[in-house]
Amino acid sequence: MTDNLYQPTTLRIADSRDEAPDVRTFRLEFTDSGYRSEFFRRYRVGMFGLYGLPGAGESVFCVASPPTRTDHIECTFRKAGRVTSALQDREIGQTISFRGPYGNSFPVDSWKGRDLLFIAGGIALPPLRSVIWNILDRRADFGKVAIVYGARTVADLVYKQELAEWGGRIPTAYGGGTSSGYPSVGRLPTANGGGTSSGYPSVGRKDVDLTLTVDPGGETPDWKGKIAFVPTALKESAPSSENCTAVVCGPPIMIKLTMPVLRGLGFEPKDIYTTLENRMKCGVGKCGRCNAGGVYVCKDGPVFTLEQFQSLPQGDL
Amino acid sequence: MKLLDRSKSTDFAAALAAAGYRVAAPVSDGGLVRIKEWAPGAEIAASEMPLNSMKDFLFPRTEVIGRWTLEGDGFASQDVRPDAPKTAVLFAKPCDAAALAVLDAVFNWDCKDCFYNAKRDAAAVAVLACGSADEHCFCTSVGGSPGEAHGADLLFRPADGGLRMIVEPLTAKGKALADAAGSALSEGQAQADPIARPAERFDPGKASAWLASNFESPLWKELSLPCLGCGACAYACPACHCFDIQDEGSRSESVRCRNWDSCGFGLFTLHAGGHNPRADQSARWRQRMMHKFSYFPQRFGRLACTGCGRCARLCQAGMDIARACARISPRENA
Repeated sequence: MTDNLYQPTTLRIADSRDEAPDVRTFRLEFTDSGYRSEFFRRYRVGMFGLYGLPGAGESVFCVASPPTRTDHIECTFRKAGRVTSALQDREIGQTISFRGPYGNSFPVDSWKGRDLLFIAGGIALPPLRSVIWNILDRRADFGKVAIVYGARTVADLVYKQELAEWGGRIPTAYGGGTSSGYPSVGRLPTANGGGTSSGYPSVGRKDVDLTLTVDPGGETPDWKGKIAFVPTALKESAPSSENCTAVVCGPPIMIKLTMPVLRGLGFEPKDIYTTLENRMKCGVGKCGRCNAGGVYVCKDGPVFTLEQFQSLPQGDL
Repeated sequence: MKLLDRSKSTDFAAALAAAGYRVAAPVSDGGLVRIKEWAPGAEIAASEMPLNSMKDFLFPRTEVIGRWTLEGDGFASQDVRPDAPKTAVLFAKPCDAAALAVLDAVFNWDCKDCFYNAKRDAAAVAVLACGSADEHCFCTSVGGSPGEAHGADLLFRPADGGLRMIVEPLTAKGKALADAAGSALSEGQAQADPIARPAERFDPGKASAWLASNFESPLWKELSLPCLGCGACAYACPACHCFDIQDEGSRSESVRCRNWDSCGFGLFTLHAGGHNPRADQSARWRQRMMHKFSYFPQRFGRLACTGCGRCARLCQAGMDIARACARISPRENA
């Protein structure tokens, strides 16, 4: 082992799926079993990693798979620059670099017995997907699970197959059919001995209440979900705040407009969580880039309650 | 007491070099004085305030932190170790040595940065107390003193009207420097010269208090208006430590470098998606002030400014962080 903080390990791309235009998910396997053991000893949902390719650089994405699946990790990212373009050029069987897990995590254990409401916009579903699957893998520990997810257009919705299965119905013909295949149960290990409730989904489940929405103008002729911005869709679905924790992730403007809706529904700032994605380089509290107010988002975050979020200088977020 | 005749400064450097040290010292360089690696023949300007700070020798402006060979579709990691030769930093400024506590805090809190620490461990720092200060010096405003040697291993005190220096080893590393100096040092008596006393220009406690509640102040626009965003202040600062990580590659090999960066640059916080939390220069300059005088003290219990004044000396637009601090924390009788 090395004491070089910045030394990544190597992951092999075991599977690759296109989720939306320019958005891809990699299923990644550790090539170093020691790193894998250490990763899963420390990994909790909400943490992130630095995914990279020598010669191109590193980018920060969340770990989009839950710690209840220990044979792989997944990440979902949009092609937006040099590093993400280089990563999307990698194919199944090739390798990428990785270091992590970094950051804090969602206090999932403290939510036992509570209802959970997840709200996400666009490419911000991946950070919540690990939480959602972690919750569903331990379904009996929690109350009702509701998800409100929206994107600009139908095409921009990610994890379409999973959405169909979480929803128990497919609100539209996505066009992709099952070929996106995330994932067919047969090739997945299950955390607690099998059955469809513990694998990534196979058929629609009745224990999740999913609301899908697209921004006005982003619908297709056969779209059967809502046509509204996420905050509006949330307001219309009006979930109860009683004994409920809300988890929100999305672009800054969505977060800004969603918080008042949640407050209006009676959610307390301590029961609302979000995860921030400030620009980072080192991931370990040295490079100074993600500093906002008194916090390093990479160390003190990325997960914050609304209570903590409100104490940060909003102009730096 | 141990003495060093000022005329023997280069003999001291030569003795240390002969003893295996890489010697860094303020050296005349094309009309400017910089702290740089001393080589025989170089003229040491012991009392001058160098353009750069001694952080260059612990946290260099660019440094390799990863290396790979590239073959086909794959890559193989090569072992990268810190480049940390045994180093003596001679005639460093008290404000530079004081900034080591800032760098030590950042590179060791939570997890340790081996690249910084290897260089820090391998470096012995010899400070020369300041007999004079210019209008940009403000160490006394931020808890420092031109006569103190916090962070140093050896202290030189100017004596006998600048003809010699009194040598006071403070640590084992400092004693090793004195031992290696051989005949460059002599035993004798000397009268210490008075120490400079730059005026106290502001109360840092008041500045921190103002900052904690004035993120949205309209004053930021006014204070930052001249800022060109060139980053010279951050590069010259002994306490600034923000860095970027960039890959450079050829067909067969790539290296990952960490390079100095600055919160004053527009790209510093730009997200891949186009959002930039600090979209204008006033927001960036505010971050510089906030980090040094509010956020850093909150986390680490010390200011991230030691009052060297390099930022103001270098700024081509006349920005002056001490003047800004004085503006937000007026003294009672000002």
